[in-house]
Amino acid sequence: MKQYLLSVIQPEGEPPPAPVLEKVMRDVDALREEVKAAGAWVFSGGLCPPSTATVVRLHDGEALMTDGPFAEGKEHIGGCMIIKAPDLDAALAWARKAARATTLPIEVRPFYEEA
Amino acid sequence: MPAPAAPEIEHVFRQESRRAVAVLARVFGDIDVAEEAVQDAFTRALQVWPSSGLPPNPAGWIITTARNRAIDGLRREASRGDRHAHAALLDSGDEQVEEGAVRDDELRLIFTCCHPSLAPGAQVALTLRLLGGLTTAEIARAFLVPEKTMAQRLVRAKGKIRDAQIPYQVPGEADLAARLRAVLAIVYLIFNEGYAATAGEHLVRDDLCSEAVRLGRLVAELMPDEPEVMGLLALMLLFESRRAGRTTSEGGIVRLAEQDRSLWDRALIAEGHALVRACLQRDEPGPYQIQAAINAVHTDAPSAADTDWAQILQLYDQLLALTPSPVVALHRAVAVAEVRGPEPALAVVDGLELDTYHLFHAIRADLLRRLGRTAEAARAYEAAIARTDNAAERDLLQRAHRALDEHSLR
Repeated sequence: MKQYLLSVIQPEGEPPPAPVLEKVMRDVDALREEVKAAGAWVFSGGLCPPSTATVVRLHDGEALMTDGPFAEGKEHIGGCMIIKAPDLDAALAWARKAARATTLPIEVRPFYEEA
Repeated sequence: MPAPAAPEIEHVFRQESRRAVAVLARVFGDIDVAEEAVQDAFTRALQVWPSSGLPPNPAGWIITTARNRAIDGLRREASRGDRHAHAALLDSGDEQVEEGAVRDDELRLIFTCCHPSLAPGAQVALTLRLLGGLTTAEIARAFLVPEKTMAQRLVRAKGKIRDAQIPYQVPGEADLAARLRAVLAIVYLIFNEGYAATAGEHLVRDDLCSEAVRLGRLVAELMPDEPEVMGLLALMLLFESRRAGRTTSEGGIVRLAEQDRSLWDRALIAEGHALVRACLQRDEPGPYQIQAAINAVHTDAPSAADTDWAQILQLYDQLLALTPSPVVALHRAVAVAEVRGPEPALAVVDGLELDTYHLFHAIRADLLRRLGRTAEAARAYEAAIARTDNAAERDLLQRAHRALDEHSLR
Protein backbone atom coordinates (compact mmCIF):
# COMPACT_ATOMS: atom_id res chain seq x y z
CA MET A 1 0.00 0.00 0.00
CA LYS A 2 1.21 3.45 -0.91
CA GLN A 3 1.94 6.02 1.81
CA TYR A 4 1.12 9.72 1.57
CA LEU A 5 2.09 12.70 3.68
CA LEU A 6 -0.80 15.06 4.37
CA SER A 7 0.60 18.42 5.53
CA VAL A 8 -1.51 21.14 7.07
CA ILE A 9 -0.60 24.50 5.54
CA GLN A 10 -0.96 27.04 8.32
CA PRO A 11 -0.75 30.80 7.79
CA GLU A 12 1.52 32.93 9.99
CA GLY A 13 -0.18 34.99 12.66
CA GLU A 14 -2.45 34.66 15.66
CA PRO A 15 -4.38 31.40 16.06
CA PRO A 16 -8.17 31.64 15.76
CA PRO A 17 -10.21 32.42 18.94
CA ALA A 18 -10.58 29.64 21.51
CA PRO A 19 -14.07 28.38 20.60
CA VAL A 20 -13.07 28.04 16.93
CA LEU A 21 -9.80 26.33 17.84
CA GLU A 22 -11.56 23.92 20.19
CA LYS A 23 -13.91 22.83 17.44
CA VAL A 24 -10.96 22.30 15.09
CA MET A 25 -9.21 20.17 17.72
CA ARG A 26 -12.34 18.06 18.25
CA ASP A 27 -12.78 17.58 14.49
CA VAL A 28 -9.12 16.66 14.01
CA ASP A 29 -9.32 14.11 16.86
CA ALA A 30 -12.45 12.61 15.32
CA LEU A 31 -10.77 12.39 11.91
CA ARG A 32 -7.73 10.64 13.39
CA GLU A 33 -10.04 8.04 14.98
CA GLU A 34 -11.83 7.61 11.65
CA VAL A 35 -8.55 7.10 9.78
CA LYS A 36 -7.42 4.60 12.44
CA ALA A 37 -10.72 2.71 12.27
CA ALA A 38 -10.28 2.46 8.49
CA GLY A 39 -6.81 0.99 8.98
CA ALA A 40 -5.24 3.86 7.01
CA TRP A 41 -3.44 5.65 9.87
CA VAL A 42 0.37 5.52 10.11
CA PHE A 43 1.25 8.62 12.10
CA SER A 44 -0.09 12.08 12.91
CA GLY A 45 0.76 15.05 15.04
CA GLY A 46 0.64 18.82 15.41
CA LEU A 47 3.86 20.86 15.28
CA CYS A 48 5.03 23.60 17.62
CA PRO A 49 5.46 27.00 15.90
CA PRO A 50 8.37 27.56 13.43
CA SER A 51 10.05 29.83 16.01
CA THR A 52 10.88 26.66 17.99
CA ALA A 53 12.80 25.11 15.07
CA THR A 54 16.57 24.62 14.81
CA VAL A 55 18.43 23.89 11.55
CA VAL A 56 21.54 21.71 11.60
CA ARG A 57 24.02 21.91 8.70
CA LEU A 58 27.30 20.14 8.19
CA HIS A 59 30.18 22.54 7.55
CA ASP A 60 33.71 21.11 7.21
CA GLY A 61 32.57 18.10 9.20
CA GLU A 62 31.20 20.29 12.00
CA ALA A 63 27.50 20.55 12.81
CA LEU A 64 26.42 24.18 12.55
CA MET A 65 23.18 25.13 14.26
CA THR A 66 20.96 28.03 13.35
CA ASP A 67 17.94 29.23 15.23
CA GLY A 68 14.60 29.28 13.45
CA PRO A 69 13.02 27.54 10.48
CA PHE A 70 14.94 26.65 7.31
CA ALA A 71 12.84 29.04 5.26
CA GLU A 72 10.76 31.93 6.54
CA GLY A 73 7.42 32.08 4.84
CA LYS A 74 3.88 33.38 5.02
CA GLU A 75 2.80 29.78 5.64
CA HIS A 76 4.36 26.85 7.42
CA ILE A 77 3.54 23.21 8.05
CA GLY A 78 1.38 23.19 11.13
CA GLY A 79 0.98 19.46 11.44
CA CYS A 80 0.87 16.31 9.38
CA MET A 81 -0.63 12.90 9.02
CA ILE A 82 0.89 9.95 7.23
CA ILE A 83 -1.69 7.61 5.74
CA LYS A 84 -1.79 4.38 3.78
CA ALA A 85 -3.97 4.47 0.68
CA PRO A 86 -4.36 2.29 -2.42
CA ASP A 87 -4.03 5.28 -4.76
CA LEU A 88 -4.08 9.08 -5.01
CA ASP A 89 -7.87 9.27 -5.21
CA ALA A 90 -8.18 7.50 -1.86
CA ALA A 91 -5.52 9.79 -0.36
CA LEU A 92 -7.32 12.86 -1.75
CA ALA A 93 -10.56 11.69 -0.15
CA TRP A 94 -8.82 11.75 3.26
CA ALA A 95 -7.26 15.12 2.42
CA ARG A 96 -10.70 16.53 1.72
CA LYS A 97 -11.83 15.45 5.19
CA ALA A 98 -8.64 16.86 6.73
CA ALA A 99 -9.19 20.22 5.01
CA ARG A 100 -12.72 20.29 6.40
CA ALA A 101 -11.56 19.38 9.95
CA THR A 102 -8.61 21.81 10.07
CA THR A 103 -10.28 24.50 7.91
CA LEU A 104 -6.84 24.84 6.26
CA PRO A 105 -5.29 23.77 2.93
CA ILE A 106 -3.79 20.26 2.90
CA GLU A 107 -0.81 19.31 0.75
CA VAL A 108 -0.80 15.66 -0.35
CA ARG A 109 2.57 14.20 -1.24
CA PRO A 110 3.43 10.58 -1.98
CA PHE A 111 6.33 8.69 -0.43
CA TYR A 112 8.46 6.51 -2.66
CA GLU A 113 7.39 2.91 -2.54
CA GLU A 114 9.34 0.93 0.05
CA ALA A 115 11.94 -1.33 -1.57
CA MET B 1 -2.14 -11.81 -48.38
CA PRO B 2 0.28 -9.22 -49.80
CA ALA B 3 3.23 -8.41 -47.57
CA PRO B 4 2.76 -5.00 -45.92
CA ALA B 5 5.40 -2.34 -46.52
CA ALA B 6 6.86 -0.13 -43.79
CA PRO B 7 4.52 2.85 -44.37
CA GLU B 8 1.51 0.55 -44.08
CA ILE B 9 2.86 -0.96 -40.87
CA GLU B 10 3.40 2.54 -39.51
CA HIS B 11 -0.16 3.47 -40.44
CA VAL B 12 -1.59 0.43 -38.63
CA PHE B 13 0.51 1.31 -35.58
CA ARG B 14 -0.67 4.91 -35.52
CA GLN B 15 -4.24 3.62 -35.61
CA GLU B 16 -3.86 0.87 -33.05
CA SER B 17 -1.09 1.90 -30.68
CA ARG B 18 -3.29 4.25 -28.66
CA ARG B 19 -5.38 1.30 -27.48
CA ALA B 20 -2.30 -0.79 -26.78
CA VAL B 21 -0.81 1.99 -24.63
CA ALA B 22 -4.10 2.32 -22.71
CA VAL B 23 -4.21 -1.40 -21.94
CA LEU B 24 -0.55 -1.69 -21.02
CA ALA B 25 -0.53 1.48 -18.91
CA ARG B 26 -3.14 -0.12 -16.68
CA VAL B 27 -1.51 -3.57 -16.74
CA PHE B 28 1.92 -2.22 -15.73
CA GLY B 29 0.75 0.87 -13.84
CA ASP B 30 3.32 2.90 -15.76
CA ILE B 31 2.82 4.92 -18.94
CA ASP B 32 6.51 4.99 -19.85
CA VAL B 33 6.75 1.21 -19.67
CA ALA B 34 3.63 0.98 -21.84
CA GLU B 35 4.89 3.44 -24.46
CA GLU B 36 8.31 1.80 -24.68
CA ALA B 37 6.75 -1.65 -24.98
CA VAL B 38 4.52 -0.53 -27.84
CA GLN B 39 7.52 1.07 -29.54
CA ASP B 40 9.36 -2.26 -29.16
CA ALA B 41 6.43 -4.10 -30.68
CA PHE B 42 6.57 -1.70 -33.63
CA THR B 43 10.23 -2.58 -34.24
CA ARG B 44 9.29 -6.24 -34.04
CA ALA B 45 6.42 -5.76 -36.52
CA LEU B 46 8.77 -4.10 -39.00
CA GLN B 47 10.90 -7.27 -38.85
CA VAL B 48 8.12 -9.85 -38.89
CA TRP B 49 5.13 -8.50 -40.79
CA PRO B 50 6.80 -8.04 -44.20
CA SER B 51 7.26 -11.83 -44.39
CA SER B 52 4.34 -13.09 -42.29
CA GLY B 53 1.78 -10.55 -43.53
CA LEU B 54 -0.56 -8.48 -41.33
CA PRO B 55 -1.91 -10.50 -38.42
CA PRO B 56 -5.71 -11.00 -38.50
CA ASN B 57 -6.06 -8.82 -35.37
CA PRO B 58 -3.26 -6.24 -35.44
CA ALA B 59 -4.37 -4.59 -32.16
CA GLY B 60 -4.32 -7.92 -30.36
CA TRP B 61 -0.91 -8.74 -31.84
CA ILE B 62 0.52 -5.39 -30.74
CA ILE B 63 -0.85 -5.73 -27.19
CA THR B 64 0.39 -9.32 -26.74
CA THR B 65 3.80 -8.63 -28.28
CA ALA B 66 4.29 -5.38 -26.36
CA ARG B 67 3.20 -7.03 -23.12
CA ASN B 68 5.61 -9.94 -23.53
CA ARG B 69 8.49 -7.69 -24.47
CA ALA B 70 7.77 -5.38 -21.53
CA ILE B 71 7.72 -8.34 -19.13
CA ASP B 72 11.07 -9.56 -20.52
CA GLY B 73 12.56 -6.08 -20.11
CA LEU B 74 11.15 -5.62 -16.60
CA ARG B 75 12.49 -9.03 -15.52
CA ARG B 76 15.96 -7.96 -16.61
CA GLU B 77 15.69 -4.65 -14.76
CA ALA B 78 14.12 -6.21 -11.67
CA SER B 79 16.96 -8.74 -11.47
CA ARG B 80 19.31 -5.75 -11.29
CA GLY B 81 17.29 -4.45 -8.35
CA ASP B 82 15.16 -1.78 -10.04
CA ARG B 83 12.26 -0.99 -7.72
CA HIS B 84 9.89 0.37 -10.37
CA ALA B 85 10.48 -2.61 -12.64
CA HIS B 86 9.77 -4.93 -9.75
CA ALA B 87 6.52 -3.15 -8.89
CA ALA B 88 5.39 -3.02 -12.50
CA LEU B 89 6.11 -6.71 -12.88
CA LEU B 90 4.07 -7.55 -9.77
CA ASP B 91 1.19 -5.43 -11.07
CA SER B 92 1.16 -7.09 -14.45
CA GLY B 93 -0.07 -10.53 -13.30
CA ASP B 94 -0.85 -12.92 -16.09
CA GLU B 95 -4.11 -11.74 -17.54
CA GLN B 96 -5.36 -12.15 -21.07
CA VAL B 97 -6.58 -9.01 -22.78
CA GLU B 98 -10.09 -9.06 -24.19
CA GLU B 99 -11.63 -6.81 -26.80
CA GLY B 100 -14.34 -5.29 -24.55
CA ALA B 101 -11.82 -4.59 -21.82
CA VAL B 102 -9.72 -2.50 -24.22
CA ARG B 103 -12.47 0.11 -24.47
CA ASP B 104 -12.68 0.27 -20.68
CA ASP B 105 -8.95 0.83 -20.52
CA GLU B 106 -9.18 3.76 -22.93
CA LEU B 107 -11.89 5.32 -20.78
CA ARG B 108 -9.80 4.80 -17.63
CA LEU B 109 -6.82 6.46 -19.28
CA ILE B 110 -8.91 9.51 -20.24
CA PHE B 111 -9.79 10.03 -16.58
CA THR B 112 -6.15 9.56 -15.59
CA CYS B 113 -4.93 12.11 -18.15
CA CYS B 114 -7.57 14.62 -17.04
CA HIS B 115 -7.05 14.10 -13.31
CA PRO B 116 -7.59 17.37 -11.40
CA SER B 117 -4.30 16.91 -9.53
CA LEU B 118 -2.49 17.62 -12.83
CA ALA B 119 -2.13 21.18 -14.12
CA PRO B 120 -4.46 21.96 -17.07
CA GLY B 121 -1.49 22.32 -19.44
CA ALA B 122 -0.27 18.88 -18.40
CA GLN B 123 -3.75 17.40 -18.82
CA VAL B 124 -3.98 18.77 -22.36
CA ALA B 125 -0.52 17.52 -23.31
CA LEU B 126 -1.11 14.03 -21.88
CA THR B 127 -4.51 13.71 -23.49
CA LEU B 128 -3.18 14.68 -26.91
CA ARG B 129 -0.13 12.45 -26.55
CA LEU B 130 -1.79 9.32 -25.17
CA LEU B 131 -5.33 9.48 -26.49
CA GLY B 132 -5.01 11.73 -29.48
CA GLY B 133 -1.88 10.02 -30.67
CA LEU B 134 -0.03 13.26 -31.53
CA THR B 135 3.73 13.21 -31.23
CA THR B 136 5.42 15.44 -28.67
CA ALA B 137 6.75 17.60 -31.52
CA GLU B 138 3.24 18.04 -32.93
CA ILE B 139 1.82 19.05 -29.55
CA ALA B 140 4.68 21.47 -28.97
CA ARG B 141 4.05 23.08 -32.37
CA ALA B 142 0.32 23.36 -31.71
CA PHE B 143 0.92 25.20 -28.45
CA LEU B 144 3.83 27.26 -29.74
CA VAL B 145 6.31 26.02 -27.15
CA PRO B 146 9.74 24.48 -27.79
CA GLU B 147 9.65 20.70 -28.16
CA LYS B 148 11.98 20.33 -25.19
CA THR B 149 9.57 22.26 -22.94
CA MET B 150 6.66 20.06 -24.01
CA ALA B 151 8.75 16.90 -23.52
CA GLN B 152 9.64 18.03 -19.98
CA ARG B 153 6.00 18.80 -19.24
CA LEU B 154 5.05 15.27 -20.32
CA VAL B 155 7.86 13.63 -18.34
CA ARG B 156 6.85 15.54 -15.22
CA ALA B 157 3.16 14.65 -15.62
CA LYS B 158 3.89 10.97 -16.25
CA GLY B 159 6.23 10.96 -13.25
CA LYS B 160 3.49 12.34 -11.03
CA ILE B 161 0.96 9.76 -12.27
CA ARG B 162 3.46 7.00 -11.42
CA ASP B 163 4.80 8.32 -8.10
CA ALA B 164 1.58 9.71 -6.64
CA GLN B 165 -0.24 6.67 -8.03
CA ILE B 166 -2.99 8.51 -9.82
CA PRO B 167 -5.31 5.56 -10.44
CA TYR B 168 -6.33 4.14 -13.79
CA GLN B 169 -10.01 4.00 -13.10
CA VAL B 170 -13.33 5.50 -13.98
CA PRO B 171 -14.33 7.53 -10.90
CA GLY B 172 -17.10 6.23 -8.67
CA GLU B 173 -20.66 7.54 -8.70
CA ALA B 174 -19.92 10.30 -6.15
CA ASP B 175 -17.16 11.94 -8.23
CA LEU B 176 -18.16 10.96 -11.74
CA ALA B 177 -20.11 14.10 -12.66
CA ALA B 178 -17.35 16.50 -11.58
CA ARG B 179 -14.59 14.41 -13.12
CA LEU B 180 -16.48 14.03 -16.41
CA ARG B 181 -16.92 17.81 -16.52
CA ALA B 182 -13.12 18.08 -16.20
CA VAL B 183 -12.60 15.65 -19.10
CA LEU B 184 -15.05 17.54 -21.32
CA ALA B 185 -13.46 20.87 -20.35
CA ILE B 186 -10.06 19.60 -21.53
CA VAL B 187 -11.44 18.34 -24.84
CA TYR B 188 -13.22 21.66 -25.38
CA LEU B 189 -10.09 23.59 -24.40
CA ILE B 190 -8.15 21.71 -27.09
CA PHE B 191 -10.89 22.49 -29.61
CA ASN B 192 -10.97 26.17 -28.68
CA GLU B 193 -7.22 26.50 -28.89
CA GLY B 194 -7.51 25.15 -32.42
CA TYR B 195 -10.59 27.18 -33.32
CA ALA B 196 -9.53 30.56 -32.03
CA ALA B 197 -5.82 30.26 -31.48
CA THR B 198 -4.97 32.74 -28.74
CA ALA B 199 -1.76 33.79 -30.43
CA GLY B 200 -0.06 33.51 -33.78
CA GLU B 201 -0.69 34.37 -37.39
CA HIS B 202 -3.52 31.98 -38.16
CA LEU B 203 -6.96 32.08 -36.66
CA VAL B 204 -7.62 28.36 -36.87
CA ARG B 205 -5.25 25.51 -36.24
CA ASP B 206 -7.05 22.68 -37.98
CA ASP B 207 -4.97 19.89 -36.45
CA LEU B 208 -6.14 20.70 -32.93
CA CYS B 209 -9.78 21.00 -34.01
CA SER B 210 -9.81 17.61 -35.69
CA GLU B 211 -7.98 16.06 -32.72
CA ALA B 212 -10.59 17.49 -30.33
CA VAL B 213 -13.45 16.20 -32.50
CA ARG B 214 -11.81 12.79 -32.61
CA LEU B 215 -11.47 12.82 -28.81
CA GLY B 216 -15.09 13.95 -28.53
CA ARG B 217 -16.17 11.02 -30.70
CA LEU B 218 -14.07 8.65 -28.60
CA VAL B 219 -15.62 9.83 -25.32
CA ALA B 220 -19.09 9.71 -26.92
CA GLU B 221 -18.45 6.15 -28.06
CA LEU B 222 -17.25 5.16 -24.59
CA MET B 223 -19.95 7.01 -22.63
CA PRO B 224 -23.02 7.03 -24.87
CA ASP B 225 -25.41 7.64 -21.97
CA GLU B 226 -24.01 11.01 -20.91
CA PRO B 227 -26.03 13.86 -22.52
CA GLU B 228 -23.31 16.48 -21.99
CA VAL B 229 -20.82 14.25 -23.85
CA MET B 230 -23.22 14.27 -26.81
CA GLY B 231 -23.76 18.01 -26.33
CA LEU B 232 -20.05 18.75 -26.55
CA LEU B 233 -19.60 16.55 -29.62
CA ALA B 234 -22.57 18.27 -31.31
CA LEU B 235 -21.19 21.70 -30.41
CA MET B 236 -17.77 20.93 -31.89
CA LEU B 237 -19.28 19.37 -35.04
CA LEU B 238 -21.42 22.45 -35.65
CA PHE B 239 -18.41 24.78 -35.22
CA GLU B 240 -16.40 22.50 -37.49
CA SER B 241 -19.13 22.52 -40.13
CA ARG B 242 -18.59 26.27 -40.65
CA ARG B 243 -14.81 26.10 -40.79
CA ALA B 244 -14.51 26.56 -44.57
CA GLY B 245 -16.78 29.60 -44.50
CA ARG B 246 -15.11 31.19 -41.53
CA THR B 247 -11.79 32.20 -43.03
CA THR B 248 -10.74 33.81 -46.29
CA SER B 249 -8.05 32.20 -48.44
CA GLU B 250 -5.61 34.67 -46.86
CA GLY B 251 -6.53 33.47 -43.37
CA GLY B 252 -8.74 36.44 -42.45
CA ILE B 253 -11.93 36.05 -40.44
CA VAL B 254 -15.36 36.13 -42.01
CA ARG B 255 -18.07 36.92 -39.49
CA LEU B 256 -21.03 34.57 -39.20
CA ALA B 257 -23.48 37.00 -40.82
CA GLU B 258 -21.23 37.43 -43.88
CA GLN B 259 -20.25 33.79 -44.39
CA ASP B 260 -21.02 31.99 -47.64
CA ARG B 261 -23.31 29.31 -46.25
CA SER B 262 -22.84 27.08 -49.29
CA LEU B 263 -19.33 26.43 -47.96
CA TRP B 264 -20.68 24.89 -44.78
CA ASP B 265 -20.28 21.14 -44.38
CA ARG B 266 -23.78 19.70 -44.65
CA ALA B 267 -22.80 16.23 -43.41
CA LEU B 268 -21.35 17.63 -40.17
CA ILE B 269 -24.40 19.87 -39.74
CA ALA B 270 -26.74 16.89 -40.17
CA GLU B 271 -24.74 14.88 -37.65
CA GLY B 272 -24.68 17.78 -35.17
CA HIS B 273 -28.41 18.43 -35.56
CA ALA B 274 -29.22 14.75 -35.01
CA LEU B 275 -27.23 14.82 -31.76
CA VAL B 276 -28.96 18.03 -30.63
CA ARG B 277 -32.36 16.44 -31.32
CA ALA B 278 -31.38 13.34 -29.35
CA CYS B 279 -30.31 15.61 -26.45
CA LEU B 280 -33.61 17.53 -26.56
CA GLN B 281 -35.49 14.25 -26.33
CA ARG B 282 -33.57 13.23 -23.21
CA ASP B 283 -34.40 16.60 -21.65
CA GLU B 284 -31.44 16.75 -19.26
CA PRO B 285 -30.05 20.11 -20.43
CA GLY B 286 -26.49 21.16 -19.69
CA PRO B 287 -24.20 23.97 -20.85
CA TYR B 288 -22.72 22.09 -23.84
CA GLN B 289 -26.13 20.90 -25.03
CA ILE B 290 -27.56 24.42 -24.89
CA GLN B 291 -24.56 25.89 -26.74
CA ALA B 292 -24.95 23.15 -29.34
CA ALA B 293 -28.64 24.03 -29.67
CA ILE B 294 -27.74 27.71 -30.20
CA ASN B 295 -25.37 26.71 -32.97
CA ALA B 296 -28.00 24.41 -34.43
CA VAL B 297 -30.31 27.45 -34.77
CA HIS B 298 -27.53 29.29 -36.66
CA THR B 299 -26.73 26.38 -38.98
CA ASP B 300 -30.46 25.84 -39.55
CA ALA B 301 -30.95 29.31 -41.07
CA PRO B 302 -30.63 29.42 -44.89
CA SER B 303 -29.33 33.01 -44.59
CA ALA B 304 -28.19 35.29 -41.77
CA ALA B 305 -31.43 37.27 -42.09
CA ASP B 306 -33.46 34.10 -41.52
CA THR B 307 -31.82 33.42 -38.13
CA ASP B 308 -34.37 32.76 -35.40
CA TRP B 309 -32.84 35.20 -32.88
CA ALA B 310 -35.81 34.94 -30.52
CA GLN B 311 -35.05 31.26 -30.05
CA ILE B 312 -31.35 31.97 -29.64
CA LEU B 313 -32.12 34.55 -26.95
CA GLN B 314 -34.33 32.04 -25.17
CA LEU B 315 -31.49 29.49 -25.23
CA TYR B 316 -29.04 32.07 -23.88
CA ASP B 317 -31.47 32.88 -21.06
CA GLN B 318 -31.44 29.17 -20.19
CA LEU B 319 -27.63 29.00 -20.46
CA LEU B 320 -27.18 32.08 -18.27
CA ALA B 321 -29.49 30.62 -15.61
CA LEU B 322 -27.44 27.40 -15.62
CA THR B 323 -23.98 28.97 -15.81
CA PRO B 324 -24.15 32.60 -14.71
CA SER B 325 -20.95 34.19 -16.01
CA PRO B 326 -20.14 37.58 -17.55
CA VAL B 327 -18.88 35.90 -20.74
CA VAL B 328 -22.21 34.12 -21.27
CA ALA B 329 -24.01 37.41 -20.51
CA LEU B 330 -21.85 39.13 -23.14
CA HIS B 331 -22.75 36.61 -25.85
CA ARG B 332 -26.39 36.81 -24.80
CA ALA B 333 -26.22 40.58 -25.36
CA VAL B 334 -25.57 39.93 -29.07
CA ALA B 335 -28.91 38.13 -29.24
CA VAL B 336 -30.55 40.91 -27.20
CA ALA B 337 -29.37 43.40 -29.85
CA GLU B 338 -30.96 41.36 -32.62
CA VAL B 339 -34.28 40.87 -30.82
CA ARG B 340 -34.70 44.14 -28.90
CA GLY B 341 -32.22 46.50 -30.55
CA PRO B 342 -28.72 47.83 -29.77
CA GLU B 343 -29.78 50.18 -26.98
CA PRO B 344 -30.95 47.58 -24.42
CA ALA B 345 -28.04 45.34 -25.51
CA LEU B 346 -25.53 48.11 -24.74
CA ALA B 347 -27.10 48.54 -21.31
CA VAL B 348 -26.46 44.83 -20.65
CA VAL B 349 -22.87 45.01 -21.94
CA ASP B 350 -22.03 48.13 -19.93
CA GLY B 351 -23.01 46.31 -16.75
CA LEU B 352 -20.34 43.62 -17.29
CA GLU B 353 -16.85 43.67 -15.81
CA LEU B 354 -14.85 42.24 -18.69
CA ASP B 355 -12.36 45.01 -19.41
CA THR B 356 -9.48 42.62 -20.21
CA TYR B 357 -11.51 40.60 -22.75
CA HIS B 358 -11.16 41.84 -26.35
CA LEU B 359 -14.62 40.59 -27.37
CA PHE B 360 -16.24 42.75 -24.72
CA HIS B 361 -14.83 45.85 -26.41
CA ALA B 362 -15.51 44.50 -29.91
CA ILE B 363 -19.18 43.82 -29.18
CA ARG B 364 -19.50 47.17 -27.41
CA ALA B 365 -17.92 48.90 -30.40
CA ASP B 366 -20.39 47.29 -32.78
CA LEU B 367 -23.37 48.31 -30.64
CA LEU B 368 -22.09 51.90 -30.37
CA ARG B 369 -21.58 51.99 -34.16
CA ARG B 370 -25.16 50.87 -34.69
CA LEU B 371 -26.33 53.62 -32.36
CA GLY B 372 -24.39 56.20 -34.39
CA ARG B 373 -22.01 56.94 -31.49
CA THR B 374 -19.00 56.82 -33.82
CA ALA B 375 -16.35 58.42 -31.62
CA GLU B 376 -17.10 56.08 -28.73
CA ALA B 377 -17.19 53.11 -31.12
CA ALA B 378 -13.74 54.03 -32.41
CA ARG B 379 -12.34 54.09 -28.87
CA ALA B 380 -13.94 50.72 -28.12
CA TYR B 381 -12.40 49.19 -31.29
CA GLU B 382 -9.01 50.52 -30.22
CA ALA B 383 -9.46 48.92 -26.80
CA ALA B 384 -10.39 45.61 -28.46
CA ILE B 385 -7.39 45.74 -30.83
CA ALA B 386 -5.04 46.35 -27.92
CA ARG B 387 -6.34 43.23 -26.17
CA THR B 388 -5.91 40.49 -28.78
CA ASP B 389 -2.73 38.67 -29.80
CA ASN B 390 -4.37 36.78 -32.65
CA ALA B 391 -3.36 38.40 -35.93
CA ALA B 392 -6.55 37.42 -37.79
CA GLU B 393 -8.82 38.78 -35.09
CA ARG B 394 -6.82 41.97 -34.85
CA ASP B 395 -7.09 42.38 -38.60
CA LEU B 396 -10.88 42.00 -38.50
CA LEU B 397 -11.11 44.62 -35.75
CA GLN B 398 -8.81 47.01 -37.61
CA ARG B 399 -10.98 46.70 -40.72
CA ALA B 400 -14.10 47.48 -38.68
CA HIS B 401 -12.29 50.42 -37.12
CA ARG B 402 -11.31 51.82 -40.54
CA ALA B 403 -14.82 51.29 -41.92
CA LEU B 404 -16.03 53.51 -39.10
CA ASP B 405 -13.85 56.42 -40.37
CA GLU B 406 -14.93 55.96 -43.97
CA HIS B 407 -18.53 55.90 -42.84
CA SER B 408 -18.26 59.11 -40.82
CA LEU B 409 -16.42 60.92 -43.65
CA ARG B 410 -19.24 60.35 -46.08
